[in-house]
Amino acid sequence: MIRLLAILVGLAFTGVAAWSLLWGAIAFAGDPPKETVEHRFHKHAEPLKLASNGPFGKYDRAQLQRGLQVYKEVCAACHGLNQVSFRSLTELGYDEPEVKAIAKQWQIEVPSINDKTGEAASRKAIAADRFPNPYANEVAARAANNNALPPDLSLITKAREGGAPYIHSLLTGYRKPPADLPKANQPGPGLYYNPYFVNLNIAMPPPITADGQVTYADGTNPTVNQMATDVSAFLVWTAQPELESRHRMGLAVLIFLFAATGLAWLAYRNIWADRH
Amino acid sequence: MSFSWAAPYQPKSGFMRWIDERLPLPRLVYGAIGGGYPVPRNLNYFWNFGVLAGVALVIQIVSGIILAMHYAPAGALAFDSTEHIMRDVNQGWLLRYGHANGASFFFVVVYIHIFRGLFYGSYKAPREMVWLLGLVIFLLMMATAFMGYVLPWGQMSFWGAKVITGLFGAIPVVGEPIQTWLLGGFAPDNAALNRFFSLHYLLPFVIAGVIILHIWALHIPGSSNPTGVDVKTPQDTIPFHPYYTAKDGFGLGIFLILFAIMLFFLPNYLGHADNYIPANPLSTPAHIVPEWYFWPFYAILRAFTFDFLLPAKLWGVLAMFASILLLFFLPWLDKSPVRSGNYRPTFKWFFWILVADVLVLGFCGGRPAEEPFVMISQIATIYYFAHFLIILPIVSKFERTLPLPHSISESVLHGEQKESAPLGVTVGGPAPTAAA
Repeated sequence: MIRLLAILVGLAFTGVAAWSLLWGAIAFAGDPPKETVEHRFHKHAEPLKLASNGPFGKYDRAQLQRGLQVYKEVCAACHGLNQVSFRSLTELGYDEPEVKAIAKQWQIEVPSINDKTGEAASRKAIAADRFPNPYANEVAARAANNNALPPDLSLITKAREGGAPYIHSLLTGYRKPPADLPKANQPGPGLYYNPYFVNLNIAMPPPITADGQVTYADGTNPTVNQMATDVSAFLVWTAQPELESRHRMGLAVLIFLFAATGLAWLAYRNIWADRH
Repeated sequence: MSFSWAAPYQPKSGFMRWIDERLPLPRLVYGAIGGGYPVPRNLNYFWNFGVLAGVALVIQIVSGIILAMHYAPAGALAFDSTEHIMRDVNQGWLLRYGHANGASFFFVVVYIHIFRGLFYGSYKAPREMVWLLGLVIFLLMMATAFMGYVLPWGQMSFWGAKVITGLFGAIPVVGEPIQTWLLGGFAPDNAALNRFFSLHYLLPFVIAGVIILHIWALHIPGSSNPTGVDVKTPQDTIPFHPYYTAKDGFGLGIFLILFAIMLFFLPNYLGHADNYIPANPLSTPAHIVPEWYFWPFYAILRAFTFDFLLPAKLWGVLAMFASILLLFFLPWLDKSPVRSGNYRPTFKWFFWILVADVLVLGFCGGRPAEEPFVMISQIATIYYFAHFLIILPIVSKFERTLPLPHSISESVLHGEQKESAPLGVTVGGPAPTAAA
């Protein structure tokens, strides 16, 4: 009885699914999905070699410091970094007085109150502060950016498919729109053609435009590619400040586990020796 | 506990005797997982996964309790408090990555455990109750995992909560009030986040309780085994401790190695990038997908695309719930008296088709709802329902099964290949006799 009932229920579900399949197949045969323009012109991120890649990856501290400089001089005008504290810059190799100086000299001030009148005010950042947001709120950010919202960059390399290579490709990927790009997909006012961006037209103006835009303190030649690579490496660090300790601990844990599992295997064979 | 030759507990010291006389906890442990639990001697590595699932639950509870000390379940704070755990809490990243990947490994282990049961007929008499309680655990796990994924309050958290609670909106008439009641509002917000956090903290302990019942029910008939032949004599069994504790110890080592590789070197591989974007009710992600362990069911949900008497969406919701609920009837749908798939040549084929089918469903569930993935998931959905509701009842009635070994010891001593060889091919049908 229960099996008869089951077969009837089974026929109902398989029948309705087959009905959906039939209509789906007819629609598919009659009007096969066409390749979208976005799909045709879209490019995947180019590979990017960073010191932090791979299971033994470590950060290149000099590169992170250069990346911070690019962020400070180029990105910070529009993009926040509100999960990251100035004090964590010690992980980039700065000592405490240097971190305090970086915080104090940061061009954007931290919202505060006037301690006499209680009115809204702003003050210089200190090491305990997070990186201050460039805009007071979303409305202000959109008003200043042609109604586009510059995302916070703290987690950007984890929050985008493709990670750091995508960020690097996007920064260096601005092009003239190709001649065969349909008119509907041409960048409108305030938009820029970038084949690495998902819908090809991005509201962010090309941020890194020419070699030498930043003058590196360590004398590295500031080519466009170098600046884009450095800031991508820096943004890997802002998203994963734990990466080095994670890799180090992972290696130690794996060495321990291989030894322990080897012993467990020997114990198992030993105990079972009389049963095989 | 289950067999007459199970060794009764003998306290080794005066102290243990003192405790055992006042609270027979040592006796309980000894009989449940110690030397007093006789287990078939021929269990293979697929019998490790029950213990591994228990370990996975412990990892989740321990890491989860510490995470809860640092997490704030409020819409304005949840995302930032998760990042606070990742950055400012000592080894917070280890806790959170461990908890997120631990959930994935819990499901990997449980899926293997379930398919083990499907292949070796562990759901059959007299172990139906073990199977049913296991399914209850599986449903509780799914609810817990779903609510846990909402807590970081990223984009996928928010939109996942909206889509899944939206499924209840497909129920005619009462659907939308139910959805509003579940969320405590018209869209996921503080009320939903708070109750999800509360339930996410509660349900693991309910799971632990049902696991006790699951193990209790298992100890009545004792463990099944790869031949599916009943335990007949003391020679068929060996004590759980030290034999299977040692084997589980080795299996646990392998499990932890794989877990550590994911946790330390690929912590975000199984996650979704969009969940590192704070929840935004005004911006819908291009592709809303649940975590990978829900993909097969998500594919079934989306396979119903055309109205037939009922709206397509309602069919999808019904099919998704039915795809799990039908497993509760499995012990009565598959009436073959032979438990193990090793001795069921026809069933074996369909079993492996089912494994491939669920993998295909999982693949399609993770893709965007575009052709050809929808058509593939429709074909796979048809097979999924046909397998359990049509093929199994018919196969179990007409299949000619292979001769079974006389006993577990015989199959171990003579080697399985020889025993399962189709010597007496004339034997078959509902009551197979053993090979001579």
